[in-house]
Amino acid sequence: MRKLVSPAGIAAVLGTAVLLSAALAGPGTWGGAATEPAIVDRLAPAGAEHLFGTDDLGRDIFARVMVAARLSLLLTAGATAIGVLGGVLVGLTAAVLPKYPRRALVWVMDMLLAFPWLLLVLFCTVIWGATATGAMLAIGLAGIPNLTRLVYNLAASVSGQDYVRAARVVGVGPFGVLFRHILPNIANPLLVQAAASASVTLLAFAGLSFLDLGVQAPEYDWGRLLNEGIGSIYTNPMGAIGPGITIVFAGLVFTLVAEALADQAGQGVRSVTAAGRASMAPTGPGRAARAEDAAAPDGAVPQGAGTALAEVTDLRIAFPDGEGGLVERVHGVSLSVRPGEIVGIVGESGSGKSLTAMALADLSDASAVVRSATRRFDDIDLNTPLARGEGKRLGTELGIVFQDPLTSLNPALTIGRQLTEVSRTHLGMNRGEARERAAARLRAVGIPDPGDRLRDYPHQFSGGMRQRAMIGMALTGNPRLIIADEPTTALDVTVQKQVLGVLHQAQQATGAAIVLISHDIALVSGFCDRVVVMKDGAVVEELDARRIREEAGHPHTKGLIACLPDMRSDRDRPLPVIDAPLSAVAPPDEAVQGGAVAKVPAGDTGTRSRPSAT
Amino acid sequence: MTALEIENLSIRYGARPVVSDVSLRLERGRTIGLVGESGSGKSSIANAAVGLAPISSGDIRVNGVSAVGRGGRARAARRRMQLIFQDPYSALDPRMPVGASIAEATLATGRTWTRAQRRSRVRELLEQVHLDPDRAGALPSAFSGGQRQRITIARALAGEPDVLIADEVTSALDVSVQSTVLNLLRELLQALGLSIVFISHNLAVVRYISDAIHVMRDGGIVDSGPTESLLDNPSAPYTRELLSAVPVLGERMTFEETAEP
Repeated sequence: MRKLVSPAGIAAVLGTAVLLSAALAGPGTWGGAATEPAIVDRLAPAGAEHLFGTDDLGRDIFARVMVAARLSLLLTAGATAIGVLGGVLVGLTAAVLPKYPRRALVWVMDMLLAFPWLLLVLFCTVIWGATATGAMLAIGLAGIPNLTRLVYNLAASVSGQDYVRAARVVGVGPFGVLFRHILPNIANPLLVQAAASASVTLLAFAGLSFLDLGVQAPEYDWGRLLNEGIGSIYTNPMGAIGPGITIVFAGLVFTLVAEALADQAGQGVRSVTAAGRASMAPTGPGRAARAEDAAAPDGAVPQGAGTALAEVTDLRIAFPDGEGGLVERVHGVSLSVRPGEIVGIVGESGSGKSLTAMALADLSDASAVVRSATRRFDDIDLNTPLARGEGKRLGTELGIVFQDPLTSLNPALTIGRQLTEVSRTHLGMNRGEARERAAARLRAVGIPDPGDRLRDYPHQFSGGMRQRAMIGMALTGNPRLIIADEPTTALDVTVQKQVLGVLHQAQQATGAAIVLISHDIALVSGFCDRVVVMKDGAVVEELDARRIREEAGHPHTKGLIACLPDMRSDRDRPLPVIDAPLSAVAPPDEAVQGGAVAKVPAGDTGTRSRPSAT
Repeated sequence: MTALEIENLSIRYGARPVVSDVSLRLERGRTIGLVGESGSGKSSIANAAVGLAPISSGDIRVNGVSAVGRGGRARAARRRMQLIFQDPYSALDPRMPVGASIAEATLATGRTWTRAQRRSRVRELLEQVHLDPDRAGALPSAFSGGQRQRITIARALAGEPDVLIADEVTSALDVSVQSTVLNLLRELLQALGLSIVFISHNLAVVRYISDAIHVMRDGGIVDSGPTESLLDNPSAPYTRELLSAVPVLGERMTFEETAEP
């Protein structure tokens, strides 16, 4: 329950305790003062004796507020329960209905959603009369469409998951699926929403009672007290402000509860703050070196700028572990890329291959703590803050191609808009020139009718086409280095070959260097000049791609080669297995064999992203 | 004896045909591979077989019994087939202990199980896929990708299927994990006498595990035959194209035919 230790969690628990004790003990403790008329004390102002003053019958308003807590909270809880239960019932029903009845039900709920809730309440008030129960029913019912929509949407997204499909395959019926798989998986967001809607409900009640549509005298809730207090607002402001403060307080508590629950669902806020703390801490020699570099006079070009286009030495990348510490994921990697060279980095998930390449492009995750002895692209020192022109140069001279173009292209913008962005922001072209250039690039990567296709959105392209467009985008700025991070992992062999062909042509035409990252050692050896094998955040071997079979010396390289079935593998024998010796820092994917749960840092860009579940 | 027979199967999503007139036979104890690019209809066949996608015409028979339709016999026939999914991360309920997920699948056997029987069966299955049976109470998040894929295999086995359909089961895994999963499938194949439909776009993986291969493209089978003869002497141009696209270790790729798509 460590999550409750967050400030929001503590406040929520304390606030709930205050509200609950008022609701439980209120009538017993303050019942007398709240109901006994004391004409002598009537309309007394707020003071030490009467915290909020007294009303026109001399009853202590503070006592009445405390007594009213029970009714107010009961009504709120009742209405929220009606809304949530109704929402769950209707929403889940909609989720299991066949297509047409489902559409009809959702349609009706959508209409009700668009209907103003206050009007619905007034409508119900007419039917049930202006009573507390009537108001509770009305507000509860009015909340149903909203929660229905939420439950239905959540259920729909969960029921598309493979585990629900698996349950259906083994013969679990619709109700079994609902109760065993869907409800447990939507419970958390639902609770968050219920707590949030409780706060709205509370305000709605206060409003209705204030308007004389809710709780009727002699019963009273906070809204009614507000109503009574407003009459003497000039003589005793606390008579109205007191109940007002109470309502705001209770509303805040509900919101805090929602926040604390939401916090528990993911660890968003916590990991973010931990990351903030970690990156603030200037630890290690790299950080110190960085500060010195920044202080050094400018124009100090690192040595070797003439030979390597990009290089890092002793690169270390660490991530916050979520508990204030840091976990190092890349341990002193050195890598250099010569102009026009094609370098492959190969390794398993968690080997640090993507982290290394992204550090080379100065595109590390914001939470990553990157340290290195040298890290430069051409004559740009990436260990110091970038000068004005240098950012622009990185933007044009470095091209990046990611694994899944569907997530790295913005689905809301046309291909043309995204392809012209570099030319317009970094090269200062006007719209027409930029479009012409973008069309030329699309033609260069083998997309027919590029002028027309510029108007298309990413989803209108096939997977291979999107990756071509992505390469086209990486080429817009005349790059000198293209970093391709698993560019073909999501693609079929034939499309993979076409896309690699496009990348190859681009390299031929522009002379750019390429860093290709992949887990497939055969692919990397077939495409690259040099292969860098990584394991657990360190380089284990660098090999000439043509002679990889003969020269592979490290057991891990040999293992990667052996365990990959190829067209010559012996089909009658089991495949060789890398019996991964679990080193001190095991890759996250297989680090859990001993039974302990692996900790994967928040900014884990090193693992291959999972394929979508569609 | 024929474990699975697919006859003139056609599947349509709306007006769009995704599988047209496909026929397949899988003999008991054998493995057939389906290869082809995405959108070729391989996964649609898998989904249709286990009843996750409606078919528009044709028949699917398990042990000679039709698995198409709503009747009790068809439903029972469908339960004789189990599906293993591609993504081990979404294939397990994140809020359900893995043992419970496996136990749930015993439903497919059609028998009634006591709690104790179910528990001992779960332990047995976890041992069969080389996982510690004492971890049945852990949630999926405590397992790595490769371990989760083994759990989904155990779940599929819990239904005591005659036919196992493996839909791209290794494409989300690292190569080292892929080899352990492939070895496990081979081992189970021999130990349990299962029949497997192995679907993948990775020709080398399909070749390794299958006795016969069907090459699919645009919803139809364009080439099929026993693994060796199909791949050693590919006759269909598309099979040749697929074969030439497979990267070979240490051999520089050639890109002459890729000027235009």
